[in-house]
Amino acid sequence: MRVYQLATAAILVAALGAACSGGSGEPSATSGGGAASGGPVTLTYWTWVPNMDKIVSVWNQAHPDIQVTVSKQAGGDDAAAKFLTAARAGNPPDLVQAEYQMLPSFVAAGAVADIKAETAKARGEFGEGVWGLVTLGTEAVYAVPQDSGPMMLYYRRDLFDKYGIEVPKTWDEYAEAARAVRRKDPKVFLGTFSSKDPGWFAGLAQQAGAQWWSIDGDAWKVAVDDEATRKVASYWGGLVKEGVIDDTPYFTPEWNKALNDGRLLTWPSAVWGPGVLSSNAPKAKGKWAVAPLPQWNAGENHSGFWGGSSTAVAAKSAARAAAATFATWLNTDPQALGLLIEEGAVYPASTKGAALMTEAPGYFSNQPDFWKQAAAIGATARGFTFGPDVNVTYNAYRDAFDKAVADRSDFTAAVRTMQDTTVADMRKTGFTLAQ
Amino acid sequence: MTTRIRQGAPRAGAVPYLFLAPAMVLFTLFMALPIGYTAYLSLRRTKVSGLGLGAGARTEVFAGLGNYAAAIGDGELWAGWLRVLGYGALVLALMLGLALVFALMLDAAHVRLAQITRISIYLPYAVPGVAATLMWGFLYLPGLSPFGDHPFLSAGLVTFSMANVAVWGGTGFNMLVLYTNLRAVPREYYEAARIDGAGELGIALRIKIPILVPAIILTTVFSVVATIQVFTEPTTLRPLTNTISSTWSPLMKVYRDAFVTGDLHSAAATSMAIAGISLAVSFGFLRVVKNHAFGED
Repeated sequence: MRVYQLATAAILVAALGAACSGGSGEPSATSGGGAASGGPVTLTYWTWVPNMDKIVSVWNQAHPDIQVTVSKQAGGDDAAAKFLTAARAGNPPDLVQAEYQMLPSFVAAGAVADIKAETAKARGEFGEGVWGLVTLGTEAVYAVPQDSGPMMLYYRRDLFDKYGIEVPKTWDEYAEAARAVRRKDPKVFLGTFSSKDPGWFAGLAQQAGAQWWSIDGDAWKVAVDDEATRKVASYWGGLVKEGVIDDTPYFTPEWNKALNDGRLLTWPSAVWGPGVLSSNAPKAKGKWAVAPLPQWNAGENHSGFWGGSSTAVAAKSAARAAAATFATWLNTDPQALGLLIEEGAVYPASTKGAALMTEAPGYFSNQPDFWKQAAAIGATARGFTFGPDVNVTYNAYRDAFDKAVADRSDFTAAVRTMQDTTVADMRKTGFTLAQ
Repeated sequence: MTTRIRQGAPRAGAVPYLFLAPAMVLFTLFMALPIGYTAYLSLRRTKVSGLGLGAGARTEVFAGLGNYAAAIGDGELWAGWLRVLGYGALVLALMLGLALVFALMLDAAHVRLAQITRISIYLPYAVPGVAATLMWGFLYLPGLSPFGDHPFLSAGLVTFSMANVAVWGGTGFNMLVLYTNLRAVPREYYEAARIDGAGELGIALRIKIPILVPAIILTTVFSVVATIQVFTEPTTLRPLTNTISSTWSPLMKVYRDAFVTGDLHSAAATSMAIAGISLAVSFGFLRVVKNHAFGED
């Protein structure tokens, strides 16, 4: 008898493992809609922009017929996975914050709607580069751009002075500076290579001129291991192996502590960096400054993008037009842009929005021309088309670079793993690939 | 009298089913259907044509056993099993060994402060796994650890560090199971043993442990099943170190396939395979130890 009970328990527990894989299935009604019933349209909106509820309440006051409810998300890959799962389950929110690199996955999963007709007015508000990120180079429009993340170099001006280091203009100078810092104080690093942040690495690859994905007629071209990317990888791999660059991943407790204690002197990051620094390293307020990223060749002037997101409308939303109207307002209306900057600490993607940025962030009160610098750097940033399985590529980045960093092994081999994993996944799913 | 019994007989046949109904309904809704659906998903796959961007470019097709072949042929899954095997051996030996020692010590008559000791050994079990792992994670991180600058999360030590979290959290529960069993043993046995000249150690080795065997087997099976499903500890520690991959344990691979890379069908096939393996392991173990465990059957 007890054998039977134990066996039953074993089956139950074992089956839990099997049952945790969620479900797909046919769409059911969504939470949106209600236009047919005559009452106000209600929309749900998943976002992780701070204070978005305050911004939305301004819209709700002015538009009693379209009421938006904000549901605060954790952000990052988890938020994307959650949206894809909800869309598959037929129960997505009407509006969702979509990072540019995740948008192709959302489109490929049929989770977001083409809102070209509803966003015709918004087209003129955005630059060519950022608009390409929401059209994916096709005729359709899958989202309205919200913010962008041109990359720049954050550095501790006070500690640069202390150690007698010049702001590096090229990556060679950056490597030299890294060695100099170690010589002067072995407890301090110039920077760290993060094996947990594929978006950061993608931005550095963009700066070097990488094109990880491109569309060639009716086929995808995948070149994650192109020459530019290999150059970036072997540069950082060399520094890590040499021991002159730390390998603590970004956004970890250890990294926060190193920043706070002044044991990390630079952070090649994006325009949204001040928000992170002010909350993770409050002790260093007023000590950081910003400069363009170091260049691969002296005299060049390039940057890449890290992060940035858009507002997309779920394909299953019953109130697509209302949702698209809200998304357009949020990201192009001067009042909304002002609120996004002030309340949400967002660096707007719209050309009008960037002009609204005047007062430097409090953390950078020592650098009153912060936004002027940012705008100048932003103009030099170049991006690339993201593919339909970025999540696979990014996951491969974490696993491959985790291992490469731990083993101090060849970083270009990790890039090749990313390429192979990406191609294998696309081939398995049936995407047409160009050779 | 007899007719009444005859009339009642068929009703008596239906009554047990009536009592069973709630359990059956719940089992069907929350076990059988999800498992059936997982099995269904595992036999299908997504097929994309061209760029996969327009509407209708993505369809779901029958895949036969292709997902199973891919799951079983994936070296990463087996590497995951190996890692879990090493981890499990550590956890099982340490956790159950400690639990047994603690239970025997607490049961020995003249332990002072027995109650407080018992509670403090049990207490970690009340800490949720995620919280416990985060707490230990902070103790392990070289920059933050009060234990100094030791590489607790390095490739060579990470398995031990993870096992330590599981042992810390699980020993109390297993100790309590064993201890409760020990308390149910009639005290006369010990008295008889003492009259025969046995000391505390002799009693523990020759009387208590043999009596405890069924309970030890029970806790072992539960621990084996829990080990096969290890997920929380490595997933929570992963952001803190570069030594834990996204496929460190088999269940982590299922999670990655389903929610990170969005391939629900592979995830379904892998989870069916994992369920099969853990069933085989737990049944196999029970078969091996049956005669020792359930002498009364």
